[in-house]
Amino acid sequence: MIVSIASGKGGTGKTLVATSLALSLPNKRPVQFLDCDVEEPDAHIFLKPLLTHKQAVSIPIPHIDEKKCTYCGKCAEVCAYNAIAVIKEKVLIFPELCHGCGACSYLCPEGAISEVGREIGVVEVGQSKEIEFIHGKLAIGEMMAPPIIREVKKHINQERLVIIDVSPGTSCPVVEAVKDSDFCLLVTEPTPFGLNDLVLAIEMLHRLAIPCGVVINRGGVGDSNVEEYCHKEGIPILLRIPLDIEIAKLYSRGITLVEGLPQWRETFLRLYNDIELNKK
Amino acid sequence: MKEVVVLSGKGGTGKTSIIASFAALAKSKVMVDCDVDAADLYLLLQPITQEKHEFWSGQVAVIDEEKCTQCGLCQDVCRFNAIENFKVDPISCEGCGFCYNVCPEGAITMEESLSGHWFVSETRYGHLVHARLGVTEENSGKLVAAVRQEARLIAQRQGLDYIISDGPPGIGCPVISSLAGADLAVIVTEPTLSGMHDMDRVIDVCRHFTIPVIVGINKCDLNEDNSHQIESYCHDQGIEVAAKIPFDNVVTEALVRGLPVVEYCDNGVSPQIKRLWQSISGLLVNS
Repeated sequence: MIVSIASGKGGTGKTLVATSLALSLPNKRPVQFLDCDVEEPDAHIFLKPLLTHKQAVSIPIPHIDEKKCTYCGKCAEVCAYNAIAVIKEKVLIFPELCHGCGACSYLCPEGAISEVGREIGVVEVGQSKEIEFIHGKLAIGEMMAPPIIREVKKHINQERLVIIDVSPGTSCPVVEAVKDSDFCLLVTEPTPFGLNDLVLAIEMLHRLAIPCGVVINRGGVGDSNVEEYCHKEGIPILLRIPLDIEIAKLYSRGITLVEGLPQWRETFLRLYNDIELNKK
Repeated sequence: MKEVVVLSGKGGTGKTSIIASFAALAKSKVMVDCDVDAADLYLLLQPITQEKHEFWSGQVAVIDEEKCTQCGLCQDVCRFNAIENFKVDPISCEGCGFCYNVCPEGAITMEESLSGHWFVSETRYGHLVHARLGVTEENSGKLVAAVRQEARLIAQRQGLDYIISDGPPGIGCPVISSLAGADLAVIVTEPTLSGMHDMDRVIDVCRHFTIPVIVGINKCDLNEDNSHQIESYCHDQGIEVAAKIPFDNVVTEALVRGLPVVEYCDNGVSPQIKRLWQSISGLLVNS
């Protein structure tokens, strides 16, 4: 089973929920944890894995053999991302615009284009006690998170319960991370911002046909509109975590909820059982 | 005209609440919400929309079943696994057009997709340019570029002093698009290990694009040791920490009432946000 933890709005407590869920389960079933928030991966701060393998993630970009090139301009014509320009007897390549689709090299009539890897980030693999841990890191100044997320997800081992920590938002990196999940937990907060972004995230999951449930974090402040919305839409609220300065302080020190306050372990086990009941 | 963008790396550090207060504090400005896939600033500025524009961006492949002979070449060449059983999954399709270019039957067309909308609105604090990217859509960076371009035009036309942008979380495509060519980046961080880790990465991105940076620490009293560490880190990097904003539920209370916190309450939070804006405007005048 693959469970992803997403939110729409940032900073609602995705990593808090994902790490505590992972740590509550190993006695029950083996866990694999994927941090797919490759722009700002933080789960390692809490799970403190021993990272044993590191693999570069590259995308293939065109390399022009000037001896074969006739400057016909076909490559620039087929490139949908304006990553190639042919100006008189010069081919300019803009590597950061290239998506690595391979059309230019395949369609070059002279066979003048080969592909070379351009590193845009890394994937690191390790172990945190019984949990298999994998995360990806986008390199500084790079734009494209999805190819790194795809590389992280190649490590998925379905014999384990796979928990995926997702980045905020509802656009391409989030879709890449949550797709193929059996269930998605949406972590939100009871504020107008939390509700606005929750509605967008639910719309995204409907489109991807992934069942979901909601975690309301920092309950007690804000308003009741998130509760009312979930009730009206028939979306289960599977967990409520109150606004508690003690929890926030543990988080600030990189300590997970179930390790800092072990009485929460039971609650997360119940959350897991509820996910089992609601999954695809 | 000077442009400042507020970033954080980590989401939920309080960017939007602080920006909404800047809207109330700054005179002669246009506001921009560059967080196009979870745009929240409008909830605090309560805009009246004056213009709505369609954002057409990118293309999606469509296979004509009548012409298709199911040769499978399109599926073989697609690197995004977007074609299965001779059907295109529009969510996975990156619009590269490789399939369109190779199809021997000419059975594939590339169709423009409506990826979202952008708006010019009037608020009681002046103009707001904001957008809504369709869920599951790509090209958030291009939509960010579109709203920033519109804000620049408004600022030029009206002779405004500032463009104030609410940036997205992360460090990828929409962040880079929000940042490129700005005069100053304000990083709103929090004294948590994740907040610090993420601040570090987003500062590196600002450096990469040679944008000057100042920092505001939000919820600074949540962990005093971490706050000190942020201060000494910034000191070593030659970055000014312009404000230390205490943790206070009034920020959420103001949000529920749809008000910028500086207009809601004059306690410990508001003087620090005012101080942050003074530092920003001071730096922009001299830049």
